[in-house]
Amino acid sequence: MSDAEFEKEGKFGDYGGQYVPEVLMPAIEELQSAYERYVLENEDGFMDEFRRHLRDFGGRPTPLQRADALSERYDRDIYLKREDLLHGGAHKLNNALGQVLLAKYMGKDRIVAETGAGQHGTATAMAATYLGIDCEVYMGRTDINRQRPNVFRMRTHDAEVNPVDVGSGTLKEAINETMRDWATNVEDTHYVIGSVVGPHPFPQMVRDFQAIISKEVREQIQEQAGRLPDSVVACAGGGSNTMGAFHEFVSDENVSLFAVEAGGSGLTIEEDEGLAPHSASLSTGEDGVLHGARTKLLQSRDGQVLESHSVSAGLDYSGVGPELAHLAETGRVTPVSVGDDAALKAFHRLSKLEGIIPALESSHAIAYVEEARNSDEADDLGDLVVVNVSGRGDKDLDTVIEESEKRGIDTAPSMEVFK
Amino acid sequence: MSNQQSALESAFSDEPALIPYVVAGDPDPESTKEYVRALAEGGADVIELGLPFSEPIADGPTIQNAIQRALSGGMTPDKYLDLVAELDVDVPIVCMTYYNLIYQYGESEGVESFVSAAGEAGVSGLIVPDLPVEESDPLREACDEHGLDLVFIVAPTTTDEREAKILSQASGFVYVQARMGTTGAQADVSSATHDSLGRLAETDLPKVVGFGVSEGDHAKEIISAGASGVVVGSALVDIIASGENVAERLESKAAELKSGARNGTQEVPQPE
Ligand SMILES: Cc1ncc(COP(=O)(O)O)c(C=O)c1O
Repeated sequence: MSDAEFEKEGKFGDYGGQYVPEVLMPAIEELQSAYERYVLENEDGFMDEFRRHLRDFGGRPTPLQRADALSERYDRDIYLKREDLLHGGAHKLNNALGQVLLAKYMGKDRIVAETGAGQHGTATAMAATYLGIDCEVYMGRTDINRQRPNVFRMRTHDAEVNPVDVGSGTLKEAINETMRDWATNVEDTHYVIGSVVGPHPFPQMVRDFQAIISKEVREQIQEQAGRLPDSVVACAGGGSNTMGAFHEFVSDENVSLFAVEAGGSGLTIEEDEGLAPHSASLSTGEDGVLHGARTKLLQSRDGQVLESHSVSAGLDYSGVGPELAHLAETGRVTPVSVGDDAALKAFHRLSKLEGIIPALESSHAIAYVEEARNSDEADDLGDLVVVNVSGRGDKDLDTVIEESEKRGIDTAPSMEVFK
Repeated sequence: MSNQQSALESAFSDEPALIPYVVAGDPDPESTKEYVRALAEGGADVIELGLPFSEPIADGPTIQNAIQRALSGGMTPDKYLDLVAELDVDVPIVCMTYYNLIYQYGESEGVESFVSAAGEAGVSGLIVPDLPVEESDPLREACDEHGLDLVFIVAPTTTDEREAKILSQASGFVYVQARMGTTGAQADVSSATHDSLGRLAETDLPKVVGFGVSEGDHAKEIISAGASGVVVGSALVDIIASGENVAERLESKAAELKSGARNGTQEVPQPE
């Protein structure tokens, strides 16, 4: 079967599918048909309206900026795709606008969403207010504590934010809870899932909404550099900015695609404790079924899903999108990882060198270029590199101040005199 | 499936069936054995024994917490199967769990090793709430081969088209989800239950209603609406969570539910 045929069945190679309770299946069938009609066939001008909102409300296209200081540092051309400049401060709005609009076309009058970093929740709350529909968000307690500005932003847009106290209180638990809400209210409610995860058609649909990133990069890089890039680098939590940045290049075999995962404090697994001190499910996970899809995930030998860890809330997830799992399995995408400390250093480096404060998620992508510099991997990146800056770091300042000090990150500015 | 009645179907032969659900290993395996015995004494016809999974998306807070207790107590699929093998009750055991545990079991890829081990341990059937018919072929085949029933859930949202698809795959009994949402004890019987039972009236397989059933009166109402049995989970798990006189209270709760169910039959003239 060709990839396109696999996609029709909701599968990417061995990955994907629809593993959800029966109560949700009719809604998923309804969503699948709405996705095919409105998104794939532009029925009622859905895609035209979507693109108009992305432009007028979202601020697209976002710039592709040549990063002069980084280019000099790495002695190659580094371009930054500035998704941090999208309204709301992250790529998440592309998908949120698409799905909230779709919910309206489907006649739903309520949406629910989960959020990790709070960026997806914020984007969804913004889109919901903008398009006039009720919105409720589930967020793990740990993430609420480390992403307070986003909690406030969601509340500012009148979204209900429901804390989730189970487990480690991160993205995985928030998704479970949102699925439960959806299963209870499925008749009038749409679940705006925040990444290329979940049952079909979510991974494919979210990718289509995010693909605008690589569509723009493709045009912009040809205009600005006169050719396609040698490589594209993006961070991967669930993988939506990753797939968004990669999609239009998948068939260009000369463009290398690097998915940078959160290496946390090391790529080990502590099975007895039920946790992994990282979130590198693509690099180290085993095949399994989580949140409606077969994919690669962090799990014990028995199949219990492990709690993940990353200093970055948006990457702190035990699973990953099924399409990425497939592209990694077939060798088209190279999964790599960088640790918490490297991400924090990259946060400060980009801030100092380029005047851009990146999200801790995006800092992982930026950190990879630095890590590659000191190894043979630098050659794999090539001479023309696009790094996706998936979001801005305002939401992370508290975490960065605290963690930089705790870990003695020497490139962090000193806050001593301000105590 | 063969024409012979499976162990599960035989459990529905004469009176309305009571199917209690508890989580294996909540709070430890020895207690579970004691609780299963008490439930059988109280009148259980089939026992649904949960094999705990870390991501129970179809369950509400009560069962989620029970799963957490069982996992903290060290419950694993192997210990679960040992526990089933050591049970000394003569009611059929149905294993309720999530797909990832079945898929990951054993050394070889796929679902066959779990189904075969479950059959050997004495499990009569499986309920896998995150496995819709569309994805169930491999498990269906393994169950057929090892003589286990594969039970499917019909929800209030299930369309006629899906219902037909589900019934063509289901064996043992059909699990009628009484209401929208997740498991959890409720104060009344939802109207969705009556609608679903109405739609399934012509179905040959036993019809069992679960999700929210907690009292003898509910059981009575459900049976008189045409069900062959009731599943009761959260109301029993609450008793286990309280930690007080658990076995005794489980037995009397089972007896209350069973007698409620029996009263339900007396209320309706049975279609012959
Ligand atoms: C700025 C930013 N980048 C990346 C991510 C990770 O998500 P994904 O892998 O779906 O792009 C998040 C998630 O919240 C985010 O906020």
